[in-house]
Amino acid sequence: MTDVLSVTQLSKTFPGVRALDGVDFTARAGEVHALIGENGAGKSTLIKVLTGVYAPDAGELTYKNEKVSFATPLDAQHAGISTIYQEVNLVPLMSVARNLFLGREPRGRLGLIDFRRMHREADEALRRLGVRVDVRRPLRELGVGAQQMVALARAVSVDAQVVIMDEPTSSLEPREVQTLFGVIRMLRDRGIAVIYVSHRLEELYEVCDAVTVLRDGKLVHTGPIAELDRLRLVSLMLGREIGEVREEGVTKFSGEHAPGTQPVLRARDLTMRHALHGVSVDIRPGEVVGLGGLLGSGRSETAKAIAGALPTDAGSVLIAGTPVRSGSPPAAIRAGISLLPEDRKAEGIVPGLSVRENIALAALPGLSRFGLVDESAIDKIVDTFMKRLRIKASGPHQKVGELSGGNQQKVLLARWLAMNPKVLLLDEPTRGIDIGAKAEVQKLIDELAGDGLAVLLISSDMEELIEGSDRVVVLKDGTVIEELTGSKVTEDALMRAIATTGGSHD
Amino acid sequence: MTGTVLSKAKPMKQPEDPADTEAGASRSERVSALAQQHGALVTLVVAVIAASLSFDTFLTADNLENMAVSSAFLAVVALGMTFVIITGGIDLSVGSLFALGGVLAAWGSQYGTAVALLLPLAVCGLIGLVNGLLIARSRLAPFIVTLAAMLGARGILLSVTDEGSKTYLVDKDTFFATLGQGKVLGIGAPVWITLALFVAGAVVLRRSRFGQYVYAVGGNEDAAALMGAPVARTKITVYTLSGLCAGLAGALNAAWLVSGVTILGSGMELEAISAVVIGGTLLTGGFGFISGSLVGVLLLKVIQNVINQIGSLDSAYQQVVSGAFLALVVIAQTWLGRRRRVL
Amino acid sequence: MTDLALGGKAPADRDRILRYLQDYGVYLGVAVLLILNIFLTPHFLSAENFRTQAVQVAPVLIVALGMALAIGSEGVDLSVGSVMALSTSLLSLYLGYGTWIALIVALIGGAAIGVANGSLIAFIGVQPIVATLALMVAGRGLALVLLPQLKDVRDPTMASLGSGDVLGIPYLVLIAAALALVVAFVVRRTTFGRQLLAIGDSRPAARLAGLPVRRVLILVYVCSGVLAAVAGVLATARLTASDPTSLGNLMELSAITAVVVGGTPLSGGRIRIGGTVAGAVLIQLLTATLIKHDLPPSWTQIAQAVVIILAVYAARERGKR
Repeated sequence: MTDVLSVTQLSKTFPGVRALDGVDFTARAGEVHALIGENGAGKSTLIKVLTGVYAPDAGELTYKNEKVSFATPLDAQHAGISTIYQEVNLVPLMSVARNLFLGREPRGRLGLIDFRRMHREADEALRRLGVRVDVRRPLRELGVGAQQMVALARAVSVDAQVVIMDEPTSSLEPREVQTLFGVIRMLRDRGIAVIYVSHRLEELYEVCDAVTVLRDGKLVHTGPIAELDRLRLVSLMLGREIGEVREEGVTKFSGEHAPGTQPVLRARDLTMRHALHGVSVDIRPGEVVGLGGLLGSGRSETAKAIAGALPTDAGSVLIAGTPVRSGSPPAAIRAGISLLPEDRKAEGIVPGLSVRENIALAALPGLSRFGLVDESAIDKIVDTFMKRLRIKASGPHQKVGELSGGNQQKVLLARWLAMNPKVLLLDEPTRGIDIGAKAEVQKLIDELAGDGLAVLLISSDMEELIEGSDRVVVLKDGTVIEELTGSKVTEDALMRAIATTGGSHD
Repeated sequence: MTGTVLSKAKPMKQPEDPADTEAGASRSERVSALAQQHGALVTLVVAVIAASLSFDTFLTADNLENMAVSSAFLAVVALGMTFVIITGGIDLSVGSLFALGGVLAAWGSQYGTAVALLLPLAVCGLIGLVNGLLIARSRLAPFIVTLAAMLGARGILLSVTDEGSKTYLVDKDTFFATLGQGKVLGIGAPVWITLALFVAGAVVLRRSRFGQYVYAVGGNEDAAALMGAPVARTKITVYTLSGLCAGLAGALNAAWLVSGVTILGSGMELEAISAVVIGGTLLTGGFGFISGSLVGVLLLKVIQNVINQIGSLDSAYQQVVSGAFLALVVIAQTWLGRRRRVL
Repeated sequence: MTDLALGGKAPADRDRILRYLQDYGVYLGVAVLLILNIFLTPHFLSAENFRTQAVQVAPVLIVALGMALAIGSEGVDLSVGSVMALSTSLLSLYLGYGTWIALIVALIGGAAIGVANGSLIAFIGVQPIVATLALMVAGRGLALVLLPQLKDVRDPTMASLGSGDVLGIPYLVLIAAALALVVAFVVRRTTFGRQLLAIGDSRPAARLAGLPVRRVLILVYVCSGVLAAVAGVLATARLTASDPTSLGNLMELSAITAVVVGGTPLSGGRIRIGGTVAGAVLIQLLTATLIKHDLPPSWTQIAQAVVIILAVYAARERGKR
């Protein structure tokens, strides 16, 4: 196999972060190369350098035996490097065909676009990938999977030599994933170099030939994937020895709570078009209930419906027996429900405001008199929670946007704890934060449940979910398919629950 | 060779069920798209019929021709504005550029038709280019950049006319004056020029690669950049185009009035934006069409004409009606857009 | 992207300088212009001159205070000029019923436009530029429908409001200064002010934190409308005439300039009232300097255009972090 695209001693620094530190990487023709690593390992930065989004600070890029540097994504594309991003990056208001051919439309006389030919070729290109849609329809009318296929068709149809896929399966149905894998194998057989980024280990072993592991911006391993067993792969990603992984687990949960007897939260038959079909969850004080399931199974929607952040079509939420008005965050908050949203940066913190003001934000009406803010009351609360949650900031007046992910998450926790909530809904509370802070947040969750809070925990980190929860409610396609309790709360049971009910929802 | 390798891949059939649910959704989607595309046209037809029935003086050749010519200048400004709005931007400088274009054309007409046309095009195009550079390269907010340009262009206008006290006249016997005053088949030259520009504009927007970029930049700028669309160049081009259109409209208007009137054009940016939005172009960008803007301009002019016909009503009602109309259309767009997003 | 690549110490210094420039540049500009004028402009250092300048700056400043609130909420209010026109028309029409009734009606008119703006933005979700643009067109039209042409205002209370003073300080200046203090207090010390900044910085986060987003936004535009109406009333009192055709023309631009030059970013989440006051003064001084040195008004327009671009350009460098 020939090397198509390679980098040597690549480095890239952002203010405060060394994103890539002397990384070597080679993609070969007819090979599917997995690029893996934890959050912050440098995968995205490496991809962005390969595709001309970033210019490297140091290091060389070699493409087809020539030293190159791509100034723009367009340069890289013209050279034959195509990328499919995590979220579908197309223009939803434009038709499928226009999306497919943007920038290289077939042109006829006078340089005008030949739409008939464009539609025919678009249709052919999609049929080859097994997708049948009306290519004249706006892209947004298609499902996410079909949109992903359009993106793929676009990437493939530009005579690509290298196709980079950044977590392409994160929003696909299992069946769509199989379709995608078929296409990937087809590309490999055509002699194209595929670079495949994913967090799903099963997928890597199913479709990849080689693997490169990055950690903290450095290369830690590269070689054929068949020579690397899963446990070794995990230990390389985490930077831990295998024994450690086995014995200690990765989490800091004690797993010992003493829940009350009567549920404080009763969510009944929550229904939301296209997302939830009658989901019911009960949580008792002092209990941590995990919400398991794959991405898109309705976990975040359930949490948001309970917190009033998304309107429901049917169903009810009761706190200590009293119904809560649906679709209104203020009503839910008054009733004692607090949500740490999945997208912490966009929906959680207010980045330009200080730690102090972020903590006091929700409790503000209670901390003021006649609309005037009681500063000393705020100082007291902020001081208490910064100490109790061990928030690391240069002071209460530092902007939250400048803090690390873990401390941002703690600020959000403080914001809600200042409201004395009864129920805490945590959607991916440790995603994207470093390992030390992760352990701390996990310990906090444990303590809070110990203090009698009812906690709903959503996590795609399976160990966190299993070790942190007293009970796990498993969702699939917006319905509860199983509830794991007591000794049945294990990874095996969870995976079996997700897997056994079959792959179809016909 | 591609074909043979491809045939090896197993036939992968997409399931039928999601397609079915999408068909149901797309029916109501099509209804709202139709309302968006043809709402203005239907309203225009209704307004014309109502006006013809109410006023004997409405459907006369004179009145119609008069309306057509006075629509022409606004239409040319709206043409450039349509491109800008589809990219998700806005150009508030067009009113000033229109006035500046008129004054420069009138001044330049003493040196011949070429100068009378090229001078306003060059100056207004240059200001549009600067707008585009500041917006695309320095990433400043379009409304503030073009607001400043509005002020700056007004300043240039004042400084070339002795602080607004001097009015340049166009010699009626020149070819340049004919561009404004002449008639072909009984219809004023500005109307023909406008129609030609609209046809050209529609072809460029629908059938050229640049047109696709315009839609892509407005529809999803980040995606457009990742797909290799020249985002900055596209934006710079649309603001330059808008400047050129405003300058040309001003020049034609000066030829029609045979003078460069300095007080014209204030509030024209609002009329042009109203016309474009009424014509079905989304202010959020990514969706719109040239013919709609023409319909929007005609609708505004018909309303204006009706208000004038009533006679007892002050022309200020025109502004109240356009403002209310603009608000209504924007409310409707937001609602239609929101319904689609849910689907 | 390019400045991210620089790394090291130099850009940190550059960043700090830019930040200081954005935060305090406006005060520096005012100081420089003052010093230049003291040396170059005859009779600049007279009480009379200061009084004239201050009276002229007052209406712009009052409008800019409301604009600062709108911009802080990640919005903008383009209808302020038309609201001034509407308030002057209403004032003229209702003066027959008594001065105070006329004043109240004028302010209610401003509040009504604010409610309309705020409702379009908060309930329907229209972009602020577009919503306030519609009200800008309609508001000016309404003002002209109510009062088609210029009308003299002969009312003793209004006249004394326009030209009276306390200890040599004109009422207009006192009112503007008092309003600046009130708005600064509201921004810093009230729940409304805190919530407004949070909404301006991150609307989704504010919503999920349970803030009354719609109520706050409507209140923002009501404040802006009422402040613009106050400015309209004061301008009418000073001119002793109602001129709905030209009163408040391009006022939205002057107000936005004052706010932006004063260091309030267009991206919301931050409001600098002191900077806004200095910004309004800066524009006034610039205009006065050019006029005093016999430069034509066209120059002031071009100069203002350049200043506003420079201000947003400086703010841009910082907003990227």
